[in-house]
Amino acid sequence: MEKTALIGLVVIGGSAGSLDIILNTVSFLRSKNCPPVIIVIHRKNSDDSSLADLLAGRTQLKLKEAGEKDRLKPDSVYLAPADYHLLVEKDHTLSLDFSEKVNYSRPSIDVTFQTAAEAFGEKCFCILLSGASADGAEGLQLVNKMKGITAVQDPSNAEVAFMPQQAIDRFQPDYIVDTTDPKALANLINSLTAK
Amino acid sequence: MEYKISDEDIEVILNDIFEQHGYDFTDYSKASIKRRINWVYAVDKIPSFAELRYKLKHDTGYLKRFVEEITVNVTEMFRDPSFYQVLRKDVLPTLGTYPLIRIWHAGCSTGEEVYSMAILLKELNLYHKSLLYATDINPSVLERARKGLFPLAQMKQYSENYILSGGNREFSHYYSANYSMAKFDETLKEKMIFSTHNLVSDGSFNEFQLIMCRNVLIYFDTDLQARVFSLFDGSLEKLGYLALGSKETLNFSTIASKYKQLNKQKIWRKLL
Repeated sequence: MEKTALIGLVVIGGSAGSLDIILNTVSFLRSKNCPPVIIVIHRKNSDDSSLADLLAGRTQLKLKEAGEKDRLKPDSVYLAPADYHLLVEKDHTLSLDFSEKVNYSRPSIDVTFQTAAEAFGEKCFCILLSGASADGAEGLQLVNKMKGITAVQDPSNAEVAFMPQQAIDRFQPDYIVDTTDPKALANLINSLTAK
Repeated sequence: MEYKISDEDIEVILNDIFEQHGYDFTDYSKASIKRRINWVYAVDKIPSFAELRYKLKHDTGYLKRFVEEITVNVTEMFRDPSFYQVLRKDVLPTLGTYPLIRIWHAGCSTGEEVYSMAILLKELNLYHKSLLYATDINPSVLERARKGLFPLAQMKQYSENYILSGGNREFSHYYSANYSMAKFDETLKEKMIFSTHNLVSDGSFNEFQLIMCRNVLIYFDTDLQARVFSLFDGSLEKLGYLALGSKETLNFSTIASKYKQLNKQKIWRKLL
């Protein structure tokens, strides 16, 4: 099955062991004509402008912490803020939600994946990386069900295999990414989003 | 969990609830309300959309539960300690020069922030001349707020928040353990007034020197946010303060020019 719809949104979800891959990926993403990228990383709920700074230092794209009502724009990376769920609206704006944790997590990757799929359908590309949590697998499956494109980090080279493996146990993702090459994920995103 | 209720059906339900019960959720952010309606639909094991509509129309007990579940009622004591530090060191001492301090907690949910405020006012020796109006759309969460019972399991986190916010007493001195709950000191409630108020449809009911409305506006669309800002503006004295959640802003709103933000905090002061 070839999925060819033009990608309108990329969402990357990661937990324990995912930060290095995310940093590498944002640094190798195409800096022009790149669709909006949302990053959801599990972490403590402390004030963390440092993570945004860390990411900003590694990418040519515009990096910002996602704010409520922000309109998704190309060549921009949106980091889900600590301790809020990040939801994608059908009008391609963002919403924040301080509701119950999902899979012991806030932000929850499931919540962002699912609302991204609702809003972008087959134009949505979601990627689940290393982690010790069950979060993200169900959302990724829903993305697949709504004909979006899905990828997981190859559990055999993930620092913590549990999270990507949870997704593979549920369904067959479109891509299993071998991250021994630090550019691999960025290359995949770049190739799928080329005009 | 896969959504079973479509966008069109959500519109139908929200219109029903408005027409039959007067609660207007049509200007809430769509993604969040859709997620919550689908969640209630699944956990309550409603067999069909038609059944849900019927229940909402005829079963007022169920309607109450539904409204409570689709609105977010998660709150904490001393959430964002640096925010409370500014209240303690700057805002409340300024208001302390007034003969009477009127505070409105708009959308107070189960009341954790109202009790946090009461503790601050006690420690600053201002509680005796304060009035804390705590309002919410849900009568049932207000009932819980009135009881002042919060899960004991949360106290470790709240105690840490309290200390980070500049508190220097034993936090446990404010409550007594009651099975799995912490029962807060009755004297903290003396100046609290609880009442239902719907930010979407109800008007101004008093003038305040401080309005606290944190993590409520994030659930509203831009038009509704603008209406609520004008409600707050009409309910706030000159030189009064408006406090919002850590991801909310007054900037870009039509009333912004009448306010000045306190440094980097989510607190705005109304100009003379």
